[in-house]
Amino acid sequence: MSGPLLYGLAAAALIGLGLHGVLAHAAPLRRVLAFNLVGAGVFLLFGVGARRGAAAGLPGDPVPQALVITGIVVAFAATALAMALIRRLAILRAAAAGTPEEGAAPAAAPPRETR
Amino acid sequence: MVGDALASSPGGYLLVLAVLVPVIGMLAMPVMGLLRVRHAASLAFATIAVGVAVVGAVGWRVVGSGEALVYGIGGWSPPLGLALRADGLSAVMMAMAALVIALVALYARPQFAAAETAPGGRRAFGFWALLMGLWSALNLAFVGEDLFNLFVALELLTFAAVPLVCLDGTAATLEAALRYLVFALVGSVLYLLGVAVLYARYGTLDIGLLHELAYPDFATHAAIALMIGGLMAKAALFPLHLWLPPAHAGAPAPASAVLSALVVKAPFFIIVRLWFDVLPGASHEAAARALAMLGAAAILVCSVVALRQARLKLMIAYSTVAQVGYLFLMFQLTIEPGVPAWATIGWTGGMLQLVSHALAKAAMFLAAGLIAEALGHDRIDELAGAGRAVPVSLFAFGLAGLSLMGLPPSGGFIAKLLLLSAATLSGAWWIAVVISVGGLLAAAYVTRVLKRAMAPPPEGIVTSPVARSRELAALALALCAVALGLVPLQPFDLLAIGRAGVALP
Repeated sequence: MSGPLLYGLAAAALIGLGLHGVLAHAAPLRRVLAFNLVGAGVFLLFGVGARRGAAAGLPGDPVPQALVITGIVVAFAATALAMALIRRLAILRAAAAGTPEEGAAPAAAPPRETR
Repeated sequence: MVGDALASSPGGYLLVLAVLVPVIGMLAMPVMGLLRVRHAASLAFATIAVGVAVVGAVGWRVVGSGEALVYGIGGWSPPLGLALRADGLSAVMMAMAALVIALVALYARPQFAAAETAPGGRRAFGFWALLMGLWSALNLAFVGEDLFNLFVALELLTFAAVPLVCLDGTAATLEAALRYLVFALVGSVLYLLGVAVLYARYGTLDIGLLHELAYPDFATHAAIALMIGGLMAKAALFPLHLWLPPAHAGAPAPASAVLSALVVKAPFFIIVRLWFDVLPGASHEAAARALAMLGAAAILVCSVVALRQARLKLMIAYSTVAQVGYLFLMFQLTIEPGVPAWATIGWTGGMLQLVSHALAKAAMFLAAGLIAEALGHDRIDELAGAGRAVPVSLFAFGLAGLSLMGLPPSGGFIAKLLLLSAATLSGAWWIAVVISVGGLLAAAYVTRVLKRAMAPPPEGIVTSPVARSRELAALALALCAVALGLVPLQPFDLLAIGRAGVALP
């Protein structure tokens, strides 16, 4: 089994596992982790494409590396945003625990931290 | 610049400005905050003035020269460099975004006027900064020519749109935002997977080069199917629309207007680019029919669901999903043997539907926001008295409703008439039926609101006044949607600029 094929199969496995996680789990934290797993698989696939030299016929193609670095930054930002939302939601739920469903009182909401 | 004669057309730098001006405005906001000048709203208005001028100049150049505007970043042509390109279609999209954002900003000014240190100031600062970020991402999505560049644009759009959803900071809106984020992230990772496969196959991601290189094989089709699937989740095509109603209904009215009018259109626009500019091979009837069927299901199911909503904003949000369905009919209706897609009436109808829905839906959300402010709630059954309290807003709502129903005179009428004729001419009778039924259902849900709101107010109703300038902003958007009804009933040359195989007069 050649290297690119092995890595390609590993990427496919990661993507499959991650997609299953996103669809099968209801908990937001698990979904975000599963999304990161899919992301890892896609980045690995970019690496496989680079190793094959893509269509340029080179032994290794640097462009996918640049794409992967950008992709990782984007995935990191997405994860950070999701974490901030999940944390804020947990704080609000903890504060509301014991009291009935909060009414329409947006003015009373504490300052948010989602940016 | 020297040596970029091949890569860029004169005035190509305008495309860079269109992307950068809103970012500069956004970044200036925290910097000015550090300098203790806290006027996010004023900065946003200055940015909007410059940005509208840039978009106007882009439109002027594209229409004046009859050719696409191209810019090779750093003077490098693809495949080494990245290109930005605005053809007639992109210019129309940018003009639509600029118009909606400018009028929404006028509407939002009194609502988000608080200085950053005052109560609600953080919210106001967030709104203006996110609005600018969103605009930049939209412009990038409309002019990007590199598929990875478009991925970055989509992600920027998501990161600006998700916090706008939960600007109120309540648990319900945070939940809606989180669900939106998960859908959007899965969509973008599927898109990225397709990008990886295309790059491994062809060694370039430039749409123009892919158009020449791509040939129909399994890997190419699979990659494009993955990308379109991911974008469908972001564009809220039925049945991947579940995130949209709570997210768009929970946001503050100006944010809802931008989200419904513009944010769902960017992924659709990229689907159009992929379908018509990258997908190799002659016709893809089976895939086009599948997309059209999903669109038809969206129109029928979500119009009925809209009819059953108790809250005004939720009703409008479901109407967005239904109207997005009309856009996906386009892929079936642009198949005409021997005619390029952009010379068909289906193409013009689809694009006109996109623009007229953007204007009408923005007007509708803004008007709904004012109705809710005047009455203190947005329960449709208790709207009686709204006609007395905010007549101009209700008028704007009704005008926007004309466009959604497809009644003359309005952009929606022309769009739906063109789609209907294309469906009849191509023998796709089921699409013609769906368009007609969808119009009737839209008429039902719009008149349901108007009837309740025109009823005489009950005894002892207390309404709060709203600023007339805000009502006029909503009305202006609705009037623009109506004015679109004045375009001629034929394939529209502007939408074909920069596309091969069309002779311009």
